[in-house]
Amino acid sequence: MTSIKKSQVCNLPSGTKLIGKWHKRPYKIVKELGNGATGSVYLAESPLGLVAVKIGLNSMAITSEVNVLKHFSKVQGQILGPSLIDVDDWVTNEGTFPFYAMEYLKGQSLFSFINGKGSEWIGILMVQLLGDLDRLHQAGWVFGDLKPDNLIVVGHPTRIRWLDVGGTTLLGRSIKEYTEFFDRGYWGLGTRKAEPSYDLFSVAMIMINICYPNRFEKNQEGIKQLKERIQRKPVLRQYEVVLMNALQGKYGNAQLMKKDVISCISKSKHSIVDSHKKQPTKNNEKQKPVKVRKEKSKGIIETFLFGSFLLLAYILYLFGQTM
Amino acid sequence: MGKGTLKQILLLTDGCSNQGEDPIAIAALAKEQGITVNVIGVVDDDRISEQGIEEIKNIALSGGGISQVVYTKQLAKTVQMVTRQAMTQTIHGVVNRELTQILGQDQEIEDLPPEKRGQVMEVVDELGETMDLDLLILVDTSASMKNKLGMVQEALTDLSISLNSRIGSNKFSLYSFPGKRKNVDKLLSWTPKIESLTGVFHKLSSGGITPTGPALQEAIEMFPRKSRRSLISDDEYQEESGM
Repeated sequence: MTSIKKSQVCNLPSGTKLIGKWHKRPYKIVKELGNGATGSVYLAESPLGLVAVKIGLNSMAITSEVNVLKHFSKVQGQILGPSLIDVDDWVTNEGTFPFYAMEYLKGQSLFSFINGKGSEWIGILMVQLLGDLDRLHQAGWVFGDLKPDNLIVVGHPTRIRWLDVGGTTLLGRSIKEYTEFFDRGYWGLGTRKAEPSYDLFSVAMIMINICYPNRFEKNQEGIKQLKERIQRKPVLRQYEVVLMNALQGKYGNAQLMKKDVISCISKSKHSIVDSHKKQPTKNNEKQKPVKVRKEKSKGIIETFLFGSFLLLAYILYLFGQTM
Repeated sequence: MGKGTLKQILLLTDGCSNQGEDPIAIAALAKEQGITVNVIGVVDDDRISEQGIEEIKNIALSGGGISQVVYTKQLAKTVQMVTRQAMTQTIHGVVNRELTQILGQDQEIEDLPPEKRGQVMEVVDELGETMDLDLLILVDTSASMKNKLGMVQEALTDLSISLNSRIGSNKFSLYSFPGKRKNVDKLLSWTPKIESLTGVFHKLSSGGITPTGPALQEAIEMFPRKSRRSLISDDEYQEESGM
C-alpha cells in the first residue's frame, strides 16, 4: 500500500496543479527539490510567489513537522528556519496527501560554497550556526538532525540557514531523527536525549565532514578515532580544542562553543601575523641564506595581513548583526 | 497517573518459517492481547524469497505493527525507526478510537482540519515520549543468520541508547529461536538496559528449522500480566479492536 502512495507523491511532473482541500489555495509544481523519509519537496508557484511545498505520505509525520515550523515562527526576533505559509490536504483519486508550503530558500549547499570560497569561511559559517542554535536552545528546542543536507548558504549577505527542521525536538525529550555520522549515540559518545550538547556534537561533525566529504565509518576506538582524524587535516587542527570539547559534550550551551570558535579564528590570524613579524628580527641575527626567502615571502606576508584584517573586520560586522 | 505500558514484540528474521503454527495467525492473537508485532527482515544481498518478504509483511500487518526488509548494514537505524514508528502508530490508533467516541463515527485525525490535527499530534508525541515500553526482542538464530548476528547485536545496543533517551521507562527482554531443546531460548530476562550483549548469541543452532509461529506464541507468554488498567491493554480496548 505504501509503495503505491510513495510513487504518487514522488516524481510529480512539472505543471501539476494542486488545490488545498481546506484553504483552497492553488499551487503549480515547477520541479522537485528533494525527497526524504517523510515526503518530497517541490518548488511551486503560488499566489504568493515561489514557495517550497512538502507533500507527505503520512499525516502523522507531516503534522509533527508543521508543529515544529509553527513553533519556529513563535521564536522572537530572528527568523530561524524557513517560515511556514500554508498547511492543507491534497485530495486525489489515489488518496489524500497532507502537504505544507514554506518559504523557498535559494542558495548554495554548504560544501559547494566552501569549495568555491575557501576554508576560511568554515569558522564564520559555524559562528553563525552556533548563534542560531543558541537562540533555538533558549526557546526550548533542539535541532536534532543537524547535517550539511539540512543547511543552505544564502547570499547578500552570506548567511547559513536551516532548510529542513523536521527533526527538531523539545528539550529533554529523545531525538526523533538523526543521521549516524552526526549522531553522538552512533559514536558511543552520549545519549540521544535532546539537549544543547547533542547539537554541538553535530556541529563538530559537520566541520569534520567538510574535510572528509566521503565521511568514514566508526571503528571501535570512539573519541580516539575522531581525534586522529582531526589531527590529520590542518584546517581541523586549527579548531582541535573546540572540536574535542564539543565531541565530548563539554559545552553546556552554544554560546560557549561560539566564543571558542571565534578565538580559534582570531588566534590563527595572530599566529600567522606573529610568526611573520618575528621572522625578520631573527633573520637579522642569523646570516645570509635566509635573506632570499625573506624577500620572497614579503608579498605573501602582506596578503596574509590584508586577508586576516578583512576577515576580522567581517567577524566584527557579523557580531554587530547577530547581537 | 498510570499512562499505561506499550507492549511490543520485535522479530528479526531472514526468511520463511517452516515449522509449527502459522506465525501470521499467532501475530493476530498477540494483537488481540494488546501486543504489537513488528518484523524486520535482514538480508545480506537479494537472497530473500518473494514468499519470505510476503510472510514478513503479513506478520506485521496482522500483528498491528510495522515491517521492513533491510540490508544488514542499515540494521541499527531501521530497528530504531521501526520501534519508534510502531509506538506512534499504536498510540495514534488509541487516540483515533477516542476521537471516534467523542466526534462520532468515521471521524479520524485525518478528518480534522490541519490546525486541530496539530494539537492532537502533540498529544500523540507527548504520549510516545512518556509512556512506558515493554519490548521483547525475538531473534532468528537459524544457520543462515550466522554472519548477521554481529550487526544484530550492535543494532540492539543502539536501540537501547535511543529508547533510554526517552522520558518513559523501558523494559527489554531478548529471546532467540530455535532453542536448543525448546522453541525459544531466553538470552536476557526483563531488564531496563541492554548493555553488554557480547557473546550472547553464541549458541547457534545449525538445523534447518525456523519455527517462527511457535516462537511468537511463547514470546506472548513472556509478557508480565498486570491486572491494573492500562491504556493499551485493558479489556475495553480489546473489545473495541475486535469490532
